[in-house]
Amino acid sequence: MGTVEKIAGLIAETSSSLPKDVEKALAAALRREERGGSAAVVLRTILDNVATARRGGSPLCQDTGTLAFYVDESLRRKVTPAVIKKAVALATKRGALRKNCIDSVSGKSYDDNCADGAPVIHYVDWMEKGCVELVLKGGGSENMSRQYSLPDSALGAGRDLAGVRKCILDAVVKAQGYGCAPGILGVCIGGDRATAYEVAKEQLLRPLGKEGDSADPTLRRLERQVLKDANSLGIGPMGLGGKTILLGVRIASRPRVPASFFVTVAYMCWACRRKVEKLKG
Amino acid sequence: MKKLEYPFDEGQVRALKAGDAVSLSGLVHTGRDKFHKFFADGGKILVDFRDGALYHCGPVCVADGASGWRVVSAGPTTSVRENPYEPAFIESSGVRIIIGKGGMDAATLAAMKRCGCVYVQAVGGAGALYAASVKRVAGVDLLEEFGAAEACWHFEVEDFRGVVAMDAHGNSLFAEVAAESRAKFDIISQS
Ligand code: SF4
Repeated sequence: MGTVEKIAGLIAETSSSLPKDVEKALAAALRREERGGSAAVVLRTILDNVATARRGGSPLCQDTGTLAFYVDESLRRKVTPAVIKKAVALATKRGALRKNCIDSVSGKSYDDNCADGAPVIHYVDWMEKGCVELVLKGGGSENMSRQYSLPDSALGAGRDLAGVRKCILDAVVKAQGYGCAPGILGVCIGGDRATAYEVAKEQLLRPLGKEGDSADPTLRRLERQVLKDANSLGIGPMGLGGKTILLGVRIASRPRVPASFFVTVAYMCWACRRKVEKLKG
Repeated sequence: MKKLEYPFDEGQVRALKAGDAVSLSGLVHTGRDKFHKFFADGGKILVDFRDGALYHCGPVCVADGASGWRVVSAGPTTSVRENPYEPAFIESSGVRIIIGKGGMDAATLAAMKRCGCVYVQAVGGAGALYAASVKRVAGVDLLEEFGAAEACWHFEVEDFRGVVAMDAHGNSLFAEVAAESRAKFDIISQS
């Protein structure tokens, strides 16, 4: 199979099949809710939708999102932007992706989902050798992402971990159910504004469950604390009340200059579509 | 889970409370931005919405030789964009159930109370499942004028699930949940 065909296959799989760790977290959330209550009905509907999409090989959400490819740099020569674009065009033609890419100035549609800067492609040195990962992130969830600058006097958040926690919880309260909750948070403490959004989004690649927990004990404690706090707010799936607003929290940090202290929160909806594929080795 | 079937009975709809899970069967019509604008501009809506349901949805439907249409995806779209039009639509059409995502404003809630109508929150993103709940496409209006995503589709659905988020008594789950979570946040952030 050629590389274009393999990547087109990866796109189709990612669009129609939710990762097992996310599905497991949704099932665990369902078990916590009162049977027949509104939160349980929402979660049951989501899980049935996941099964229906996987069975039919159809997109599990109609917003097939922004495509972001993370490519191990040893593949730079083989998995070029041109190859990836060919695969995206092919997958679009086959119905794995909706026409979902619009020129921001003219308003015209790029019907094959390819343009300057679309899809987003990162060549990185931290992935397993020979691997490509694809993430589809929907607009509704992207709209709920936020960046804070500490100190934040309106929130009463200072330049310490207590202040960081306040910012993250504020983002959850502001998002309510509108990002198609239950969601997953990727957070970056510090960094500059642009890198921090990238790092925050990269945290969404870490699987849910213990294996994705932060290696740093302080951050691990913060991840668990925020998850517990957020789920105690009672917002629930789709904002209709319930015990689960977040399925997971993943936090990283980057150094900062003394003058800035950013807290950046990337919000991902329940339709957290990501998949790694090994192309070589 | 409360089961409701088209035509939706006013008494039954008025008895629903915010937080009730519902399963809908029978006719449901789609209509979103262009549909609402068309109606507000005095356009003639051909279908009778009395005791019916309006679904804020831009489905993906593909022409399918023998049976007419196949629905590929039919998840809800965000409802707030229809706020300016919905109270008048509710008053004049006699619609009983509005289905969408994210809820609507106080003026719409008041119109629902006056006329006996509820807002059902469908699950955002569940396009594949809602497409599977459409058993038959009974027809479509305004297809040429608006295109497939904005047309008024007539779906016959079975076991279409959602949650009453705004009822005919003036209650909105969204407002309640938002207020409660803000209060809890204030307490947590003091600790
Ligand atoms: S936020 Fe996620 S689940 Fe909701 S419509 Fe967008 S992509 Fe789909």
